[in-house]
Amino acid sequence: MKYSDISNRRVDQRLKRRQRAERRYRLYGQVAITLALLFLLMFFASIITRAVPAFYYHRVNLTLELSPKVFAGRQGEPLPRKITERQAKSLMEDAIALELGALAQRERLRRALIAPLAALELKQLLEKEAEVRHRLGDRLLLPFVLNSAGENCIRNACANSAEVDDFGLSEGQRQALSILHKRGLITRHFNLVFFTHSDSRSSESAGILGALLGSFWALLIAFLLAFPLGLFTAIHLQEFAPRNRLTYLIEVAIYNLAAVPSIVFGLLGLAIFLNWWHLPRSAPLVGGMVLALMTLPTIVVASRNALAAVAGGIRSAGLALGASRVQVVFHHVLPSAMPGILTGTIIGMAQALGETAPLLMIGMVAFIAQAPLSPLEPATALPVQIFIWADHPDPAFSSRSAAAILVMLVFLIVMNSLAVILRRSFERSG
Amino acid sequence: MKTQQNKKEQIAPKVVARGVNVYYGEKQALFQVKLEVPHRRVTSLIGPSGCGKSTFLRCINRMNDVIAGCRVEGSITIDGLDVSSLDAVALRARIGMVFQKPNPFPKSIYENVAYGVRIHGLADTKDEMDAIVRRSLARAGLAREVSERLNDPAYSLSGGQQQRLCIARAIALQPELILMDEPCSSLDPIATARIENLIAELSRNYTILIVTHSMQQAARVSHRTVFFHLGRVIESGETTQVFTNPKRKQTERYITGRIG
Repeated sequence: MKYSDISNRRVDQRLKRRQRAERRYRLYGQVAITLALLFLLMFFASIITRAVPAFYYHRVNLTLELSPKVFAGRQGEPLPRKITERQAKSLMEDAIALELGALAQRERLRRALIAPLAALELKQLLEKEAEVRHRLGDRLLLPFVLNSAGENCIRNACANSAEVDDFGLSEGQRQALSILHKRGLITRHFNLVFFTHSDSRSSESAGILGALLGSFWALLIAFLLAFPLGLFTAIHLQEFAPRNRLTYLIEVAIYNLAAVPSIVFGLLGLAIFLNWWHLPRSAPLVGGMVLALMTLPTIVVASRNALAAVAGGIRSAGLALGASRVQVVFHHVLPSAMPGILTGTIIGMAQALGETAPLLMIGMVAFIAQAPLSPLEPATALPVQIFIWADHPDPAFSSRSAAAILVMLVFLIVMNSLAVILRRSFERSG
Repeated sequence: MKTQQNKKEQIAPKVVARGVNVYYGEKQALFQVKLEVPHRRVTSLIGPSGCGKSTFLRCINRMNDVIAGCRVEGSITIDGLDVSSLDAVALRARIGMVFQKPNPFPKSIYENVAYGVRIHGLADTKDEMDAIVRRSLARAGLAREVSERLNDPAYSLSGGQQQRLCIARAIALQPELILMDEPCSSLDPIATARIENLIAELSRNYTILIVTHSMQQAARVSHRTVFFHLGRVIESGETTQVFTNPKRKQTERYITGRIG
């Protein structure tokens, strides 16, 4: 037997083993990615199914008589320009009585089924329609928002079941709802309130506008602070600073900061920004400052890597033409590194958008019913709002929590896609 | 030819180096380098890798300044002025440099040539700038290929074209001296031939100092040749003399391929 035959046989045997190993490793990869996708799918399915109920709600349509008795006026007189909430409430009570008769008197149905918000809405509507010149005695068909007990009852089809369950409704109240439902007076609407209102005690008027604005202000402050600071730190460290023990220490410190748990930054913010500098509590300004501290290392590290990745030839070329070092950096190196820097910054900002812990420490975890119009007003942020609502016993709030998660995911996906698009477009033009 | 050369020899040399020592940290890279580069001639520096040719080249326009731990001793003068007494930025504006790998800026062809002119404020109007850019591209033998697409990115050019663009960029500043650090090492033979022709043409107006690994190239393009070995100048002289009748044993061994 020739040597070459032996060696070929050995190679063949080994080749089979190698091919088996290769198939095995590919399988591992496929299993891993399938599992990952499955988890992702489960996550989205669970969030979406929980969030969907938050995007619609029900109203009960009632015929409202502008009874002269309520306004202490006479039939045919114009409606007064100013209406009290109390008058609106009694109009609604009359409307319910008109629809349901004796059942209404016994069960105090307005308070049990209709949202407190509805009275305010009615008052505003009638005052706004003053020009229409409604007269006392007119009848109007108007929709009223159900409160969370009524809403839950409708959603769970309790109106059709005989069991009395714990929606906080009495048997009579449940029957009343059932009658209204059968008469086709209950209609479903898109929940615009969720996007136009801030947090509220009652689920039907709770929205994410305040949290969105709070997050917007905080991110704006964080970006304005962290981007220039991080960028110039990176430029100095990478392009100008001498390589010595001090800069090495600074470098290590920055890498370590990137790994510090965010709650620590929250504590720092509490101790320095609030207790020492006496900045306003719960304000997006302070939230933004804390988030800036948190994202700073991410931006510095990403920017340094982007700067380091710029081909050295460009620097020599600039210097050899007689450009100063600052000119070389700002005319050539920085533009080439910009896509990487922006990508790092956007990813840092996306992290900041999802950050809850440091905001808890500086008091952005509060019930705030008003949307912040400046970064100095008390506010909460999107992830904190999710946290607050998720904890709420009312299921309507936890579905709003899931809806808020969806909104936040949309923002995160948009931000990350922006990072990808930026990088692509720079790569093409560079 | 011979008489013309003799006449030029009498003009004071462009660059004079005396006792140049260069250290990278503890390591000494150049030892007592003594060298003269004649005016408007091509001088090539040859020698095995790591012998200090490029290091010497970078001493002339002080590109070694930006390397941490690099120290230069001795004197290098250009037209009698010591380079260490000049401002590095002003010095480099007077000396063009072309690198081993083509390194155009990631900008348009036009911007690449205009950049140096712009930062030194050498053109007052757009027309003046256009004229400088077109003239430089023409001198670098690139005008015909790129005149229709001056706003295209420089990276859209081929390697050889990029290298000629880098030469155009350097001569846009009307330098007194052009340093070339193995300008053809990443190019194919055709692109190399074009650059060599260009060097011959440029030597009518510019003093050129070229580092090369290829002895044929040194023989083809240069009037004078300097042989470096282990950080020392072993021999320097007229190219024909160095290649046909080297005075030193080491030079002979190198050019016949026995060391390096």
